[in-house]
Amino acid sequence: MGQTIIEKIISHNIGAESVKPGDIVTVQVDRVMLDDIMIPFIVAKFEEMGFPQVWDADKVVLIYDHLVPASQQDDTRHYKIGDAFAEKYGIQNLHRSDGICHQLMTEAGYVKPGDAVFGTDSHTTTYGCVGAFSTGIGYTEMAAILGTGTLWVKVPETIRVQIDGKLPEGVMSKDVILRLIGDLGADGATYRCLEFTGSAVEQMTVSSRMTMANMAIEAGAKCAVFTPDEKTAEYCGIQLDDFQKSLTGDSDAVYAQTLIYQAEDFEPVMACPSQVDKIRSVKELEGTIIDQVFIGSCTNGRLEDLKVAADVLKGKKVADFVKLIVTPASRKVYEEAAAQGILKTLAEAGAIITHPGCGLCCGRTGGILSDGERVVATNNRNFLGRMGTSKVEIYLASPATAAACAAAGRIVSAGQEA
Amino acid sequence: MEQFTGKVWVLGDDIDTDIIIPTEYLALKTIEDMKQYGFSPLRPELAAQIQPGDIIVAGKNFGCGSSREQAPEVIKALGIRCIIAGSFARIFFRNSINNGLLLIEQNDLHDYVQEGDTVTVTVNQDVDHNGQKFPIASLPENLVEIINAGGLVKAMRRRNGLAE
Repeated sequence: MGQTIIEKIISHNIGAESVKPGDIVTVQVDRVMLDDIMIPFIVAKFEEMGFPQVWDADKVVLIYDHLVPASQQDDTRHYKIGDAFAEKYGIQNLHRSDGICHQLMTEAGYVKPGDAVFGTDSHTTTYGCVGAFSTGIGYTEMAAILGTGTLWVKVPETIRVQIDGKLPEGVMSKDVILRLIGDLGADGATYRCLEFTGSAVEQMTVSSRMTMANMAIEAGAKCAVFTPDEKTAEYCGIQLDDFQKSLTGDSDAVYAQTLIYQAEDFEPVMACPSQVDKIRSVKELEGTIIDQVFIGSCTNGRLEDLKVAADVLKGKKVADFVKLIVTPASRKVYEEAAAQGILKTLAEAGAIITHPGCGLCCGRTGGILSDGERVVATNNRNFLGRMGTSKVEIYLASPATAAACAAAGRIVSAGQEA
Repeated sequence: MEQFTGKVWVLGDDIDTDIIIPTEYLALKTIEDMKQYGFSPLRPELAAQIQPGDIIVAGKNFGCGSSREQAPEVIKALGIRCIIAGSFARIFFRNSINNGLLLIEQNDLHDYVQEGDTVTVTVNQDVDHNGQKFPIASLPENLVEIINAGGLVKAMRRRNGLAE
């Protein structure tokens, strides 16, 4: 019997011929990601558990991103605890100000196709963009992995999402995943794996796939996977081995559900306040006055995202009552965007360009909003109170749409902002 | 069969972890420092009103959103005995089990119960509301093992030959 991608990854990991949804198995962990907010809690649980050492220091990555640079007095405590933990257990993979954890895990080559990777942040689903099994866990389970190198998982059912054709001009992978979340609902993929396939997906860059895998959690998914291809190999700096090349869904694999889309049917959309699955066409929302725009995050803070925004804003000005905050996802993205003149274009248009990191996405640093204000943002969550008070309205959109809105000072479709 | 009774707080669908404990409070040093802010974006007064032994009844997809384990820890610290919801998001589910917070999936109760009512839970059997019994499923064996060990930390301490 055929297998889905996630079934192939898990059965390979545990050395079994095959696995089926519902099986509870113990996987060998290939890499873990610990983020700054959770580090003090992970360290405390790890020490309480009484392990003499971490199972494999090379497989452990510590990343400071939510709290960098510090915005509250106690934030630096997290760095100190992380530094001491890394020193004590010989962990070399430590990033103190290089960017957002999920961007770094793939960009810095910590994740390879077919790996099993866990992180203390829910958007750990991102690494499915290169064909890895990755998902978020809590700090107690992370502490247990640090000691044992293993984690129990239930083999998930898979929802196959096939998208064929060519996306229309101005439609980005963000519009695709938002629409899908709207169709599935915020819990429509709970406990399940989303497997993306089809010619539109094959045409996408790894960065665009990353946006979709990143937001799989917003439909409740345990993980999301793309078949690794030549683009993946180049992005990861590897040659795909036979196992990695085998990571496609078999034609006789069993799927919980199959969704088929034609790429030409997609259009620019937004997730409206305050549910990620409240999806509307941008056209329906046009005219709504906004106070701020945020372009950044592990969802849409990459080079191609900033370039799209710069292309929209070239020779234009951000509306004078709007703050446009641009936050590159990593130092590397920042440097490349600077080298290519993207940051200059954005700055000339009136953008506020910040240090790389999680920034405003988690409501922790500059740009916090207040009652009655509206923001168009490229990140992944528009939950109540996420970017300020509980009476802030957050509209999630693609970088192209967000940039157009910044110029217009109101919700518009890209191309209508002049 | 373990049985307990508690007063009910009713919440809706998709109660996310940013509602349960907003990011701005996650770097407070202890769960005790955080718990006063529990549910503050939705119901700022709720954390102060919850009494030990109370029960939360909610709709579907409880605990969706971030992986923050502070969410079940804050709820446990507020004294909530268990959460009965239509469904739970998966990371929240694992985090709750690992901290010994009992979660019960029950799809229908939410439509019948009013805030302030009392319900009686018979673990692995049913929830009784004014004599009407709502059936509940048993937990998988590997989860029962973690709960019986008193949570994952204690299970690991035992593994490492340490006193609990």
